[in-house]
Amino acid sequence: MEREKGNKGIFLSIDWATILLYVILIGWGWASVCGACYDFNQPDLFAWETNSGKQIVWAITSLVLAAVLLLIEKRFYDTAAYVIYGAMMLLLAVTIVIAPDTKGSRSWLPIGPVKLQPAEFAKFAVALALGKLMDQYGFSIKKMKDIGIAIGLIVFPMLLIIAQKETGSALVYFAFFLMLYREGMTGSLLFCGFACVVYFVVGMKFSQDYITNMPVSIGEFSVLLLAMIFSIGLVLVYCHNWMAVKIMAASCLGSTLLALLFSIYVIPFDICYIMLGVCVLMIGYIIGLAVYTHLYRYVLIASFALLSTSFFYITDTLFQHLDNHQRVRIEVLLGMKDDPKGAGYNVNQAKIAIGSGGLWGKGFLNGTQTKLKYVPEQHTDFIFCTVGEEGGFVGSALLLIAYLLFIWRLIYVAERQTDTMGRVYGYCVLCIFLFHLFINVGMVLGLTPVIGIPLPFFSYGGSSLWGFTLLLFIFLRMDAERNLKRQ
Amino acid sequence: MKSFKYEYRKYVLAGIALIIVLSYITRLAFLQLSDEEYKTRADDNAFFNNVIFPARGVIYDRNGELLVYNQPAYDIMVIMREVTNLDTLDFCNTLGITKEQFDERMRIIKDDKKNPGYSSYTQQLFMGQISTEDFSIFQEKLFRFHGFYVRERTIRRYATDYCAHVLGDVAEVSQKEVDKDDYYSPGDYIGKQGVERSYEPELRGEKGVEVLLRDARGRIQGHYKNGALDRKPVPGKNLTLSIDAKLQALGERLMEGKMGAIVAIEPKTGEILCMVSAPSYDPHRMEGKQRGAQMMEMQRDPMKPMLNRAISGTYPPGSTFKTSQGLTFLQEGIITNTTAYPCSRGFRIGRMKVGCHGHGAPLPLIPAIATSCNGYFCWGLYHMLNNRTKYKTIQDAMTTWKNYMVSMGFGYKLGVDLPGEARGMIPNAEYYDRRLGNWNALGVISIAIGQGEVTLTPLQIANLGATIANRGYYITPHIVKHIQGGHLADSLKVKHKTMVDTCYYRMVVEGMRKAVQGGTCKSANTSMYEVCGKTGTAQNRGQDHSAFMGFAPKDNPKIAIAVYVENGGFGAHYGVPIGALMMEQYIKGELSPASEAKANTFQHKHINYGTRER
Repeated sequence: MEREKGNKGIFLSIDWATILLYVILIGWGWASVCGACYDFNQPDLFAWETNSGKQIVWAITSLVLAAVLLLIEKRFYDTAAYVIYGAMMLLLAVTIVIAPDTKGSRSWLPIGPVKLQPAEFAKFAVALALGKLMDQYGFSIKKMKDIGIAIGLIVFPMLLIIAQKETGSALVYFAFFLMLYREGMTGSLLFCGFACVVYFVVGMKFSQDYITNMPVSIGEFSVLLLAMIFSIGLVLVYCHNWMAVKIMAASCLGSTLLALLFSIYVIPFDICYIMLGVCVLMIGYIIGLAVYTHLYRYVLIASFALLSTSFFYITDTLFQHLDNHQRVRIEVLLGMKDDPKGAGYNVNQAKIAIGSGGLWGKGFLNGTQTKLKYVPEQHTDFIFCTVGEEGGFVGSALLLIAYLLFIWRLIYVAERQTDTMGRVYGYCVLCIFLFHLFINVGMVLGLTPVIGIPLPFFSYGGSSLWGFTLLLFIFLRMDAERNLKRQ
Repeated sequence: MKSFKYEYRKYVLAGIALIIVLSYITRLAFLQLSDEEYKTRADDNAFFNNVIFPARGVIYDRNGELLVYNQPAYDIMVIMREVTNLDTLDFCNTLGITKEQFDERMRIIKDDKKNPGYSSYTQQLFMGQISTEDFSIFQEKLFRFHGFYVRERTIRRYATDYCAHVLGDVAEVSQKEVDKDDYYSPGDYIGKQGVERSYEPELRGEKGVEVLLRDARGRIQGHYKNGALDRKPVPGKNLTLSIDAKLQALGERLMEGKMGAIVAIEPKTGEILCMVSAPSYDPHRMEGKQRGAQMMEMQRDPMKPMLNRAISGTYPPGSTFKTSQGLTFLQEGIITNTTAYPCSRGFRIGRMKVGCHGHGAPLPLIPAIATSCNGYFCWGLYHMLNNRTKYKTIQDAMTTWKNYMVSMGFGYKLGVDLPGEARGMIPNAEYYDRRLGNWNALGVISIAIGQGEVTLTPLQIANLGATIANRGYYITPHIVKHIQGGHLADSLKVKHKTMVDTCYYRMVVEGMRKAVQGGTCKSANTSMYEVCGKTGTAQNRGQDHSAFMGFAPKDNPKIAIAVYVENGGFGAHYGVPIGALMMEQYIKGELSPASEAKANTFQHKHINYGTRER
């Protein structure tokens, strides 16, 4: 009797808003797969021979899977988290050995008529294990040992997946670091990662461009300037030392400005030497502060400043030593090289397809670019092209907004969890969605590197659809139990 | 347990999501709303430019005999998604390919990298240039091969078995040619050698284009803007060569089993009447699909049949060169028509000796040419180079000599309208300064008799004959007489006057006439018309080369000719008789029965060259 009541309560507590967004995205995704794969000789969108017909089967089975998942109690996951994790790791390891070679990667397991990609299913296992770990009594993210175990749980499957030659899928696991940030990991680590990316992109992209009439590389100049600003910002945020900030800002930016003016109006020279010197002085000053105040933070900031200053020169040297094709990929990505038939072909065709959509798009099944197969991989990794071409700006912007609402909703749901396990798992789920959205759409728009990962609910394929459904509905069931008292 | 300490961070994450989505929407706005570039590029993709190939111009000889024409050929096209229930075995047998070749071809068609813009809805090239015979078998079964279509094209056909070097050939453009000229796209045909190459722009015409619209299925919807942007193809222009096909055929017959070249020029116009390079090859070998394999085979042949020796081969001209020396010495006042030089079986100063055969001595110029006296011309050059009253230094003398040679068309390309012309070699003062350092007339004396550093192409030797026939000028030799609906390049009509006056040419003509009447070219003498000639016997590492340079008739000459037979021995062995037969053929229009018999003998007189790489 009581159990029945509990189940009923659970049914009422399910987050129907999320499920609504989920169904909308899946339906829209199916329409896009139809657009990308439509075969005019086979007008039946539901025929099993077509990708659209298969995708609808994947979608329906996903709904069944979702329903089943809603019936499995949270207690089960709480108990079995590590077992599930262990089993999945074993499966990943076995896959390396037994999977047949598919386009150079060993990640697909043929099971009867279908092929499954274990990497897609390993994410939920990692998320569960992390939730379980961090829910344990006495776990603290500040403890070196605890954070070490958490990072180990994340890195181990990454290595296995890299061994399957699916680097793209492995990179998704970086999403878990966003969750760790929410759980209290110091934000400076995220900031360092962000700074690295900014330095690399700005430095590489503009390394061969020069400020007008001056022998100053824009890339070098910008990276050094950013290094100063970031270091001063860190001193401000983490040490609250207003005096030091004023001194550093005045001397660094002041001398850079003086050098710039001198170069413009008197004798043009490479002011980067001056900036380099100022950076060295600044590092010295921060070390001095560390000695004076005995604050460990200053040492960290000083090393950040040192690495930032040398970053441009290190990457520039490494870049020259890269293999030619790797260098070309990076150059195409950063827009330094136009190479429409070579490495940038996919991205270029993708941009043309999207660009041709205009404001309202060409209409369902009317996209010429995607129908004439100009865009490779258009029903899987490049599915966003179809949305852009057939739905236009309005359609693709609406899709992005729908995704934003979906992720915000998940943040809201994660935050209302009463225990750490639910919240950690929820954040894992939403960070994975966010990461996929960021990389996949960014890649199609030519903003992020071409990493072959799917757009959740849109890209064709059963494995990814089931994988994302699994991730999401375990969380929705956990959420539904939030009002039950814990025994 | 709820963790409140870091709850603010949910806003950071929500903010990150917001920033990502907003920046992507901005990017979308840029791509889809503001930038027209992507729209035009998408249009390029959705438009289908259907290229219409014009008929390539055909080629005639000077008498209007057809040499090269076009024949329909067929490309087999495939629409991938329409291929159903294909009996692969039957299909392969019909086309004469293996199952492996079939699979390989199908794989390449589907490969986006090798076949960009591939669509399974549109026709893709499966196999090119099927001949009419093969096609007729295929056509009978075509209805059974669903998804396969046929596209008509033309291939080049040759109506002659001769003239391969001059005509050249046509083949698919290379990537390099596509990169160099925007006109070409991969799969187009282009002239690769001979006239086909040098007159490519005239022969090819201009491609036409139909701008068609495709829908999302790749199906043609009709002409864009009702065909306002369509261009009709402009057919290629027909060429009439200056070649006389009969003369060319005789020349190639006579050179059978030999190496060397024959070039004949009409002196008044500079038109090349025949250009034989031996060994030659049957132009039919360059037709259609087999071209690649045939090319490979010929390129591996140590005899180098692909090389056009008439313009690309450079040889020591031997005694034919002496005429140019006589002219130079006369004009420079080194000799007069009465100057006689001694020759005691050659030219001797100190230990220097250039041998000569036995003849009366001392001799003046005309008999010296008639008997081809080495001594005479060595003395002439010796006196010229050592004349310090006329020239301050030996370098000055050498430079003057070189200028005479260049004015006669030596040392530089003549500018014939064929690809691959060589320039030969005329040494100058700087060359000897660099090569020999301190040098004197004796050290270079052999250039006076067409040996040493001097080399000419057979075309340049024939042109020398034309210059003497014209008594002092030549028109740039050329192979195309007339372009239908066009006109020849002005550079082919230029009259080049040499530095020697007409009166001196008359003396040399007299010498060449004497050579035929009673000198080295006796066997060329005929009662039908007056022949002038000069033999050449050029020394080289092996057996001497046999050469002949001459023209006929003496007054109002119709033909000037050079014959060069590698390792043929004395000039009189091969050069003179072959030259005589050629002149007879051209002037009389046919050979007399006696000459015909002689021609047969020479046709079957082969020279053994061994297998040495040359």
